Amino acid sequence: MKKPALERPVLLDVQDITRLYGPAKGCEAIDFQLHAGEVLGIVGESGSGKSTLLRVLAGLEAPDAGRVVYRRHAGEDVLDRDEAELDLYAIGEAQRRALLRLEWGLVHQNPRDGLRMGVSAGANIGERLMAQGQRHYGQLRETGQAWMRQVELDAGRIDDAPRTFSGGMQQRLQIARTLVTRPRLVFMDEPTGGLDVSVQARLLDMLRTLVRSLGLSVVLVTHDLAVARLLAHRLMVMRRGQVVETGLTDQILDDPQHEYTQLLVSSVLTP
Amino acid sequence: MNGYNFAYLDEQTKRMIRRALLKAVAIPGYQVPFGGREMPMPYGWGTGGVQLTASILGADDILKVIDQGADDTTNAVSIRHFFQRVAGVETTTATTAADVIQTRHRIPETPLRSGQILVFQVPIPEPLRFIEPSEQETRLMHALEEYGVMHVKLYEDIARYGHIATTYAYPVKVDGRYVMDPSPIPKFDNPKLDGNPALMLFGAGREKRLYAIPPYTRVESLDFEDHPFEIQRWEHSCALCGSDHSYLDEVITDDKGGRMFVCSDTDYCQTRRGEVA
Amino acid sequence: MHSMTNARPRLTVSGLHKQFLLHGQGGLEIDVMRDLSLTLHAGECLVLAGRSGIGKSTLLKMLHGDYCIDQGRIRLHFDDGTLDLETLPAYAWHGLRRDVIGYVSQFLRVVPRVAAVDVVMEPLLARGADEQDARQRAETLLARLNLPERLWQLPPGTFSGGEQQRVNIARGFIGEHPLLLLDEPTASLDATNRDVVIALIGEAKARGAAMLGIFHDEDVRDRVADRLLPLDDSLGARASFTRDVQETLS
Repeated sequence: MKKPALERPVLLDVQDITRLYGPAKGCEAIDFQLHAGEVLGIVGESGSGKSTLLRVLAGLEAPDAGRVVYRRHAGEDVLDRDEAELDLYAIGEAQRRALLRLEWGLVHQNPRDGLRMGVSAGANIGERLMAQGQRHYGQLRETGQAWMRQVELDAGRIDDAPRTFSGGMQQRLQIARTLVTRPRLVFMDEPTGGLDVSVQARLLDMLRTLVRSLGLSVVLVTHDLAVARLLAHRLMVMRRGQVVETGLTDQILDDPQHEYTQLLVSSVLTP
Repeated sequence: MNGYNFAYLDEQTKRMIRRALLKAVAIPGYQVPFGGREMPMPYGWGTGGVQLTASILGADDILKVIDQGADDTTNAVSIRHFFQRVAGVETTTATTAADVIQTRHRIPETPLRSGQILVFQVPIPEPLRFIEPSEQETRLMHALEEYGVMHVKLYEDIARYGHIATTYAYPVKVDGRYVMDPSPIPKFDNPKLDGNPALMLFGAGREKRLYAIPPYTRVESLDFEDHPFEIQRWEHSCALCGSDHSYLDEVITDDKGGRMFVCSDTDYCQTRRGEVA
Repeated sequence: MHSMTNARPRLTVSGLHKQFLLHGQGGLEIDVMRDLSLTLHAGECLVLAGRSGIGKSTLLKMLHGDYCIDQGRIRLHFDDGTLDLETLPAYAWHGLRRDVIGYVSQFLRVVPRVAAVDVVMEPLLARGADEQDARQRAETLLARLNLPERLWQLPPGTFSGGEQQRVNIARGFIGEHPLLLLDEPTASLDATNRDVVIALIGEAKARGAAMLGIFHDEDVRDRVADRLLPLDDSLGARASFTRDVQETLS
């Protein structure tokens, strides 16, 4: 029996990121690598700096110090002609926004932040494709319907505005809108937060399936350790702007080493 | 005319606007901010167009003013009289005779020639405004050519009505770069924007923006491969001149449902009737 | 002598220690394992023995990456080299668990509202298997484990303990991992289904899987164990490579 191939190329190389709004407000000296095909969970309480970190990683907010390097890999990229390595805040805004729009995706906690509430579900799903230059209405519509089915929405409602959808449906629509261009790297900010528990479960299952079938790499921010357990391969625990512990998800939750992680894990209610 | 500088605006203001116009001509379709002045008319009545006209008008120029194609509607008559009083320029209703044509919502049917200037009155200059309320964001979108949302609007049209239902202010891409609102002209007039020998200037008074399409510039109307851009067609001909290829207005003639279709371009219609007669 | 002692082992554990440091309890230190060593071969089932709380599950969890390896070595041996688990980076565990180390725990942890059959087939889908094939294999296993067909499309959350465990067993065995960790897979099963599990273990052995298991039921233990590894209160344990099962049990 041969040794399994466990090496995965590094997709995102985060080097010593600091973004502080005040003492211990924001995130400080964050260092990690995200490997291709990995789901990395960032957990911590409110104010731990995890959302600030996500904003920096996702290209929305420049850090005070440090680099976010995105590595493309030859042969698996449609944009082979571009640089293999992109320093997120050293490249121009035009290139960064194009990257965010075409190769990356961001799922907001509140679907209203990620959707255009005034236009139909189909137009929401099609927007990124149109931004890429797709100009065939019929194909856009077919793709829109296929994605609605994929996220378990009634494809017959493709012309309805998102405001007529429930919160869970809106979140699924936002996911379809984000994934339609098959981004390689997706950032998710509490994707199941604010949803009813029953709706959460279905969404979690859907996300797991999509991650697997599309081979997504994900950085997931959540305060919910149960969500982290089900979605994340690996966890990073944050407290007061700093990473206190990282490791395999099961290890962090079953054998936490740091005092704070032990407190966090033992504070969870398990029915 | 005493008490006013030639063409109402002071020379410094005109110079400022002309500088902005030069920039606009240099970057076709790009919206240039300018220091708009208070004009003796309400916003929405053509204050942007009037300031542009005032800035480019020379004493020898012959001015034509139209509103929805007509020389004889209130807005057209008022602006024509305004410039007669404050500039003392000669005016005309004949498209071919005019050097400067200020227009609200139409492009004349008679082809324009090189050397003519068409000045459009623009209510909302920003074509991305309907979907993006932030000015900062729309400017960035223009700068980075992020125009995917324009097709979102057209997509919505087709989804809702089965075809692109936008019939006026139909967005165009100028010189393969900037997406531009051609002002609320009917999309019937959009093809006239493309490669036109005349200089076309656009002025928005309320938002204090101006932009331009230089002569012979490529102007494309946005569309989908399977829903290509089309202009309006009428089953009727003009009831007055018999034209079957001009933009027609529907006119109600009595209280019993009587109606007729006539050219919206009054000069064109009258000229044809003169020729026909 | 055991027939396989001379073959190259699949797994060697040496000098393994485990201590829990509970910060919340004033820094309480609990030693659960000291200097544990063992060797496991392909096609062999080694059963951990000893009173409950002695650290049998702890060992399985360390082998599965759930618990940190504080001290000692865990090595997996392949034809083309060795993998040291104590230094394996966290990102690599995901692939290792998918392809090499399988785990059947006592408790089912799944996404709520996911159908039993989908729970079972997931390990295959994770490897990119065809969905139809995976579903068929999952159904075959569930049928073999006598899970009523009407339950297949239901989420196991509401199942009885025994039914949940059978879903879990099917999920654990479907991947045919070369190293299987079995944490009381037969605990709440009736005799019929215990026999099925014993047969599954036998088949796994036949295809060369190495297994490390905890079985409280002595009958099951006798039937599946090739060797026993007794853990005692000295906290140390060493697998006796020379003693065979009969000797150990006596």
